[in-house]
Amino acid sequence: MSAPTPVLEVEDLRVRLRTPRGPADVVNGLSYSVGPGETVAVVGESGSGKSVSVLALLGLLPRGVATVTGRALLQGEDLLTMPPERLRQVRGPGAGMVFQDPMTSLNPVLTIGRQLVEGLRAHSDMDKAAARRRAAELLGEVGLPDPDGALDRYPHELSGGMRQRVIIAIALSNSPALLIADEATTALDVTVQAQIIDLVEKLQADHGTGVIWITHDLGVVAGIADRVLVMYGGRCVEDGTVDDVLEHPAHPYTRGLLGALPDLAQPAVDGVVPDLATVPGTPPAPTDLPPGCVFWPRCPVRGDARCETEQPPLVQIGPSSGALPHRAATWCTETSALGTESSGEAR
Amino acid sequence: MTGQPLPEPAASPTATDAGVPSTSRPPRPRWRETLGLLLRNPTAAGSALVLLGIVLMAIFDESIAPSGANQISVEDRLQAPSWEHPFGTDDLGRDILSRVILGAGVSLRVGFLAVGIALLIGTVIGLLAGYYGRWVDDVLMRFMDMLFAFPAVLLAIAILAVRGPGSGNTALAIGIVYVPIFARVTRASVLGVREEVYVRASRSVGASDLRLLTRHVLPNAAPPIIVQTSISLAFAVLAEAALSFLGLGTQPPNPSWGLMLAEGRGYIDLAWWLAFFPGMAIFLTVLCFNLLGDGLRDVLDPRQRTLMAGGGR
Repeated sequence: MSAPTPVLEVEDLRVRLRTPRGPADVVNGLSYSVGPGETVAVVGESGSGKSVSVLALLGLLPRGVATVTGRALLQGEDLLTMPPERLRQVRGPGAGMVFQDPMTSLNPVLTIGRQLVEGLRAHSDMDKAAARRRAAELLGEVGLPDPDGALDRYPHELSGGMRQRVIIAIALSNSPALLIADEATTALDVTVQAQIIDLVEKLQADHGTGVIWITHDLGVVAGIADRVLVMYGGRCVEDGTVDDVLEHPAHPYTRGLLGALPDLAQPAVDGVVPDLATVPGTPPAPTDLPPGCVFWPRCPVRGDARCETEQPPLVQIGPSSGALPHRAATWCTETSALGTESSGEAR
Repeated sequence: MTGQPLPEPAASPTATDAGVPSTSRPPRPRWRETLGLLLRNPTAAGSALVLLGIVLMAIFDESIAPSGANQISVEDRLQAPSWEHPFGTDDLGRDILSRVILGAGVSLRVGFLAVGIALLIGTVIGLLAGYYGRWVDDVLMRFMDMLFAFPAVLLAIAILAVRGPGSGNTALAIGIVYVPIFARVTRASVLGVREEVYVRASRSVGASDLRLLTRHVLPNAAPPIIVQTSISLAFAVLAEAALSFLGLGTQPPNPSWGLMLAEGRGYIDLAWWLAFFPGMAIFLTVLCFNLLGDGLRDVLDPRQRTLMAGGGR
């Protein structure tokens, strides 16, 4: 998967936010790449820095509050050092974004048509009529019934699934090389979610768009992703192909996440449905990260003396199935959980 | 295209919409829905109607007034209200009813002009301060605080002392005094709206700052500004009256409600109608602007809006 030039290459991305309680290190050295036509799923709990890491890429974090360092090459151009006007031009044709809540992502006082045309006309000298025709085409492409009629509708007249299609149409209106979906299906019910995922996969196949799919739904990850990046405490704690990570999770946190998935096929014992497994505790506050492994305070394993004091590096752990290395940042990769792996500790 | 009407009472040609349920097709623009909801509120609808009447009266004053504003007739001086002079006459025998009708134009013109000035300048300042934040916010809002720190009447008097009395300068003075109020209301509203996802979403497809401000931020930040406009109109009419009362606003012999009040003061125990009728005109206008403002606030509040649209009838 890594053979062609990646659409996006992120190196050592760090985001520090100024907060009333002192500086918060929300993203701490994130590196990954997205190839053309590839889908990278970023998973993790709320507060693990997933959204901030992508908002930082497009310069959408509040000015003066966020300090972003590192490199983020979008088709060879560094997004983080780009002048604001160039960045504005890149938003849209370079990278489009779909936000979590379809209920709040559209301006309530403008018609769907106006909002679509706005995105189109920001990057071309298309006249109004042409932009309108293109907008109707786009709505058709994302499967909205009666696209011409929908142009004159206001967001409150559409259902959540319809709105999310509109939002995707807006994000795709300039055929971006990279599509960032920030929990794009979290607010939708499962059938609509499946339709949206199909839609994105189809568009991806047609246009060769690279996709970053942020979610905390591992079911979605299994369905859509080529590669997975597990985030915790602003760090990547494990990444690899979707098969490696989901079938042989190495980091105790990833195992916790997978263990927390409810198994609907599991029979109730004497009519009693087993309790859902959880990862106890909450993620660390980004103003106060632990000195050692970020997951240490909640970790059920804590099998190494260095856990509490030394940060584990992100290193390859044993063989991987695809072209991509399977890496994890932990001192305690348990043999049992890794199946074929032998070494208890990765270095 | 803000999608919201300005609360000018004159701007209600769609008043016949009052009873149309909001589910009708084809989709109605948001401002028409708002107007429909507003007119379903009896207090607000009544106030709008009275204000419409007052505005019409001010527009057609020449043809309605039974006599000229300055038609002196010494033998009729200080007549009590009668069929011939329903509001009585003043110390120069001028018909009070005519002067109240003709004074409406002066009072309303000053009111609208003053609020227009404050709305324009204050909204732009508030928009820039709220949207850009940081040093822009600091500089603009500290300047507004300075303006705000002056006692309002004193500031208006100072401006009028420099520029000279007269209704145009009165409007300017009142307008300047109200700028910080609009700046603050706008800024507060913008601070909320600029964090909305759709603003970020629009930026993520490459919309420019100007576009974000005019198309996304301002229209959605408008409701409190509209309410403030309505309430400020009431205060501006009062302020004009007060400044005229002090001899700094409208100059005699032009009729203005505040000035008539001032002139009637000397005769209050002898001929109460001199001060009473212009006072009632001020009272009614201010009351209606305030009630309309309350109605607008209810209608424009999204939470209340849902309740009203859902269980309205």
